[in-house]
Amino acid sequence: MYPGGQLHEEKVFKDPVHRYIHVRDKVIWDLIGTKEFQRLRRIKQLGTTYLTFHGAEHSRFNHSLGVYEIIRRILDDVFVGREHWDHSERLLCLCAALLHDLGHGPFSHSFEKVFHLDHEDFTRAIIVGDTEVNAALRAIDSDFPQKVAEVIAKTYPNKLVVSLISSQIDADRMDYLLRDAYYTGVSYGYFDMERILRVMRPREDQVVIKRSGMHAVEDYIMSRYQMYWQVYFHPVTRSAEVILTKILHRAKKLYEDGYSFQTKPVHFLSFFEGNVTLDDYLALDEAVILFYFQQWQHERDPILSDLCQRFVHRRLFKYTEFHPTNEQMTKLIELTNLFKKAGIDPDYYLVVDSSSDLPYDFYRPGEEGERLPIYLLMPNGELRELSRESVLVDAISGKRRTDHKLYFPADFLYDLSTKRTVKKKIMEILKG
Amino acid sequence: MLTEHAKVMKALAAAGEITGRKKLQKMIYIAKKLDFPFYEKFDFHFYGPYSEELTCRVEELCALGFLHETKEKKSGYVQYRYTLTEAGEQFLRHYDWGMPGLDECMQVMNEQNARFLELVATVLYFEHLPKDEVKEKIALLKSKQRYTDEEIEEAYEYIEMLRSQCNKKARV
Repeated sequence: MYPGGQLHEEKVFKDPVHRYIHVRDKVIWDLIGTKEFQRLRRIKQLGTTYLTFHGAEHSRFNHSLGVYEIIRRILDDVFVGREHWDHSERLLCLCAALLHDLGHGPFSHSFEKVFHLDHEDFTRAIIVGDTEVNAALRAIDSDFPQKVAEVIAKTYPNKLVVSLISSQIDADRMDYLLRDAYYTGVSYGYFDMERILRVMRPREDQVVIKRSGMHAVEDYIMSRYQMYWQVYFHPVTRSAEVILTKILHRAKKLYEDGYSFQTKPVHFLSFFEGNVTLDDYLALDEAVILFYFQQWQHERDPILSDLCQRFVHRRLFKYTEFHPTNEQMTKLIELTNLFKKAGIDPDYYLVVDSSSDLPYDFYRPGEEGERLPIYLLMPNGELRELSRESVLVDAISGKRRTDHKLYFPADFLYDLSTKRTVKKKIMEILKG
Repeated sequence: MLTEHAKVMKALAAAGEITGRKKLQKMIYIAKKLDFPFYEKFDFHFYGPYSEELTCRVEELCALGFLHETKEKKSGYVQYRYTLTEAGEQFLRHYDWGMPGLDECMQVMNEQNARFLELVATVLYFEHLPKDEVKEKIALLKSKQRYTDEEIEEAYEYIEMLRSQCNKKARV
């Protein structure tokens, strides 16, 4: 057992999803107070989704506390004293749950794409580097930060511990589905989490679910499916993300071309140059990014200025369905040429965006399925893979759904005061 | 547009045919670690570095008819083979850029079996650690594969060989 230390009095946070988040371990309290963890208050959980669902202003801070609380309930209320569960891993699990998203940056999906970064590398760097988080973890033991980093990176030898934080039915997913549904105001993200927690059982390599809880798990999987297509992959949210990504691309290109910014991108320099330090990374949050977008609306470069105005004032791109067959690719090339003729740079204003999700899958022995399936614990003690028992889950198992859309600035095309013929031709092609 | 899809197709075109999903995953991961511009995110899973994004891309390419996937029943499991279709070759003609050195690298890797490439990919995943620690990690996380010290040394040599060969080719 780690010499963790307990607070004199339990602390609680009010939370709209779990009602209360309970903290009695000193290290958890100390971690929450670190500047690296407090930074998560300034990073939205759902990036640009607030431009579609105005309630989606919640942060990664809320979510991280939520994941911690779910793990705490599993360990303290369900697993304690059960076979296969080593209670000396409790504090490690709690810390990994709390810190699992620590390396997320502002609008991380777009940022990572443009600058080829991985938030998981930064999570590790914060945990093992010279940070307040590292100091708090080292108070437990000198190798404790490394262990926490390993659990989050899924390289910790105790697979049961890893599966609590990362699997097809883990605390991370359970919290974000419920929380994102609550804040976006949609009803289909709900499922009976209390029921799932009560029927979870530890096994040597992973968590399994008692057969009697199968219907609650079916509900969870369907909630996940609905949330991905109704919220996470909403085409309007993706439009905002396309614009955000193009702003970053444009700013980087201008910097590389030696353009003289009116508002110098001081916070972005190391990102443009590809030598980002941990301090640079931690200095960026959404407030900083939005400050630049506000300022860049007034830049002389018409593309950067226009894209920033679009983002700030929510004048997003429109979209049409796009199925990338060879025939459609030929059309896309034609469109690209016509955009150039119309004086609209296709590198920034004609964008194919793809979203894809696999709601549930099971591991096929010997091949690279890589997804640990959800197992049901049958009354006779045997384990059965979920889709073999559930007709509902079987129907969607291994079935990936993909959606491609072509984004463009319809307002530019509707303005027929210039390049009328070309723009009309573009609209004809886009309407198909 | 769909550039990342095209890169995966270029890799497959260079290899000719890749047998096994595991092998395909490890080949792309190793190429990424050799600084070829593949941007799929990889996590550590059962068989070492694995990318859900790459799985997704391959499934999409199959659904679009650009890749051909065949399933072969082996004793107790199914093995997949991937090749480029004619439509895929036609699609690739829209992308007239190349990745210097990639063809050679993919061909060299394709001569190895999935078990060895899994080891090479795992060594690369932990390459920020000293060799002794990498060996400990492999013993701990890959105990079922029972890799020997000789195999691990061979993996290190193989990585060196790939790096020098690919860099040389990229400079030509």
